[in-house]
Amino acid sequence: MNKLLLIAGGSTLVYAVLAILMGVLPGIELSRTPPGPGVEPLPALQAQGRAVYVANGCSYCHTQQVRPLPQDKVFGRPSAPGDFAYQTPELLGSERTGPDLTNVGERQPSTVWQYIHLYNPRAVVPQSIMPAFAWLFEVVDQAPPGVTLVALPTAYAPTHGVVVPTPDAQALVAYLLALKQPALPGGAGPPAATDSLADSAGSAAVAAAPAAQVYDAAKGQSLFVATCAACHQATGEGLPGAFPSLKGNPAVNDADPTQHIHVVLHGLQGANVGGTVYSSPMPPFGTTLSDADIANIINYERSSWGNHGAPITAKQVAAQRATDK
Amino acid sequence: MPPEPRITTLPTQVSLDKQAVYDDAHGVGSGHSGVTAQQSSLSTHDERMLRWVFSAYTVTATFWLLFATAVGVLMAYKFGAPDFARGEWLTFGRLRPIHTNATFYGWASLALVGLAYYVAARSSRTRLYSPKLAWIGLVLFNVAAVAGTIALDLGYNNGNLEYREWPGPIRLIFLGALLVTAWNLIGTVARRSTHDIYLSNWYTVGGVLWTCIIAIVATLPWYQYGLGQVSVSGFYMHNAVGMWFTPLALGIFYYALPKLLNRPIYSYALGVFAFWTNLVFYPIIGAHHFLFSPLPWWLQTTAIVFSVAMLVPVWGGSANFLLTMRGRMRDMTHSYPLMFIFVGVIGYLIGSTQGTFEAFRSLQEVWHMTNFTVGHSHLTMYGFVTFSIWGGLYVLLPLGTGKEPGPLGLALHFWMAVVGSFIYIVSLSVGGTLQGLDWKHGLPFIQSVADMQSYWVWRGVGGSLMFLSHVVFGWNVWRMTYGAGTKATPDDSNPAARAGT
Repeated sequence: MNKLLLIAGGSTLVYAVLAILMGVLPGIELSRTPPGPGVEPLPALQAQGRAVYVANGCSYCHTQQVRPLPQDKVFGRPSAPGDFAYQTPELLGSERTGPDLTNVGERQPSTVWQYIHLYNPRAVVPQSIMPAFAWLFEVVDQAPPGVTLVALPTAYAPTHGVVVPTPDAQALVAYLLALKQPALPGGAGPPAATDSLADSAGSAAVAAAPAAQVYDAAKGQSLFVATCAACHQATGEGLPGAFPSLKGNPAVNDADPTQHIHVVLHGLQGANVGGTVYSSPMPPFGTTLSDADIANIINYERSSWGNHGAPITAKQVAAQRATDK
Repeated sequence: MPPEPRITTLPTQVSLDKQAVYDDAHGVGSGHSGVTAQQSSLSTHDERMLRWVFSAYTVTATFWLLFATAVGVLMAYKFGAPDFARGEWLTFGRLRPIHTNATFYGWASLALVGLAYYVAARSSRTRLYSPKLAWIGLVLFNVAAVAGTIALDLGYNNGNLEYREWPGPIRLIFLGALLVTAWNLIGTVARRSTHDIYLSNWYTVGGVLWTCIIAIVATLPWYQYGLGQVSVSGFYMHNAVGMWFTPLALGIFYYALPKLLNRPIYSYALGVFAFWTNLVFYPIIGAHHFLFSPLPWWLQTTAIVFSVAMLVPVWGGSANFLLTMRGRMRDMTHSYPLMFIFVGVIGYLIGSTQGTFEAFRSLQEVWHMTNFTVGHSHLTMYGFVTFSIWGGLYVLLPLGTGKEPGPLGLALHFWMAVVGSFIYIVSLSVGGTLQGLDWKHGLPFIQSVADMQSYWVWRGVGGSLMFLSHVVFGWNVWRMTYGAGTKATPDDSNPAARAGT
């Protein structure tokens, strides 16, 4: 019996001590991490949306942690300990079958896009393998007042009636739009913005700029796919009634690129294109993309799908950034 | 505990084991031979009870394996056809935790506990302390798994916290099953008629007791807010695997391998050394699941250092098993049970070593959050744990019930499982690496999804083969338990043992 006590009891004691050292004590200490500046608890609707997120296991494919690595820059600034103060349960996740969502509210602020994407992701991202969450929506004859209509492309729309989000879908999208990283104090913001600042500051970087200003078609396409195609689509045609087409778009084909650059830098709300008013907001890219990247995207748009706008340079973007300040 | 006396008692252990082979082969179902009567005081009733417990755990475990992997195949299919079987109950985010939890707490836990009971009673030369407690444990394990599965499908998910997704009360049922099991195993070992406690029981009793602690640490809420919960998640998701499945599977190796080869384990002392080093190093490495996260850097670095230290028990343990098999590799061509164990040992060696490498920051930068980790988890939970269980069952279940599966069933099961898991793991390892490189090269995110498509197809092919092998395994289990299997006679059915005598 003594032997048994030694093996079972002794090893369990050792394990208990280690479990307290490596599990409980760090837990106690880190649970006290104070919230970072601007980090607030979620309001009721968004908290309900977070519960929908958990119930449907969103974090098995989407992380909510940005690592201090170059490849994570596209998802925002590196996550800080204070970001997680009110996040219980934690949703850091361990798989990125889909993109990180830490900052998706900044990246994709359009409610309509989120609804369409939830209803069937392939309606906006043809290569997506995300499940369709159609059961979070209802088909009704007429949308009740105040409820956003889900403007689906014909191929994905029901044969009759219109699609409206259920309260669960509304809460979930409210949560997704609330996923925004508060700026860190003294932080320079996204690294890309620092680059562009350097450009406009007229430092040595400007001297090197002309070389970078040569339009790189492959880079332009890649940037467009990564940042713009979710709404405007790879075809540039957008989605009727939801996202304006860039094909034949007056601003894109205008010899004067001012409006085009302005919209990409600062985003747009309530756009009126060819008489149609679009309710979805377009996010600003001036804070996340460098002048060279923006120039590449704009030149890609101006030279694709039959468009023939005059090409621009990164310098023009930098100049406009300075004027708009 | 000084190792010397154990080494001196080793020869006794050997002879006991040899007798045990004889005892098991002749004694069960047909009365005891005179040789073993003084060693084994088991009545026919006790034998029947042990057989019943072993069979019932194995059969319910097999059900969970079939269920969990059917769900797995469905999910694999959805990667290529995301609009197939859509709807609330069959959506990926609900099936994924059902798959992992049913595999962990249905299949592997039940099968390993059944084996642990058999090994405890046999190696201790005694009857099961309480068949009734074993029965209560069986019911609790299964009730927890059924309730957990239903809860997850209804969307009651405990925060997507990996491997503890079941709602709290259901995890308490599981904890109850663990406590009952620990009590019963300790009771059985305490009744032993041998002098020493055989090494297998160190691992199985230890594993069950440690897992009780893990379950409690994971459940208490007071230190699990925000980032605090992240650190507990890291601790839990790693310990639930490495301090539960690993020690129990190793315990099975330490009993089944000498039994099958009819020779003692290469080094008992090395087994004891691996036991203590595993115990001390493993609990420290959980944070390596959150490298580059906002967890304190020192915690991550400590985890990396001890991930390297894990090579000590892993290589020590693997060497011990491989050296026990030394000179007997040719027997594998005659013995599928030995081949299952061999794959299990190799799975342990490669899977755990891979785990160490994945913990390096430079490699994790590429592999973390990609499908490479899914390949890794299948290499360990399947290549190691599941193959160990199969090896243990094919060696021990016929000794317990007196019934053997047919050679065709064994062959089909083995080859489909090996080939299937090989395809599965290779495709996800290669695909996952490309996925990580796509991100590193700054390609649009969707490109990494598109680039994975063909690898996901191959994963599905491998997964389907694995599932088919489980259907055959189910048939084999049926033949070994309640069905009409071939009568087990060591002279015909156990060439490896025969070759050794």
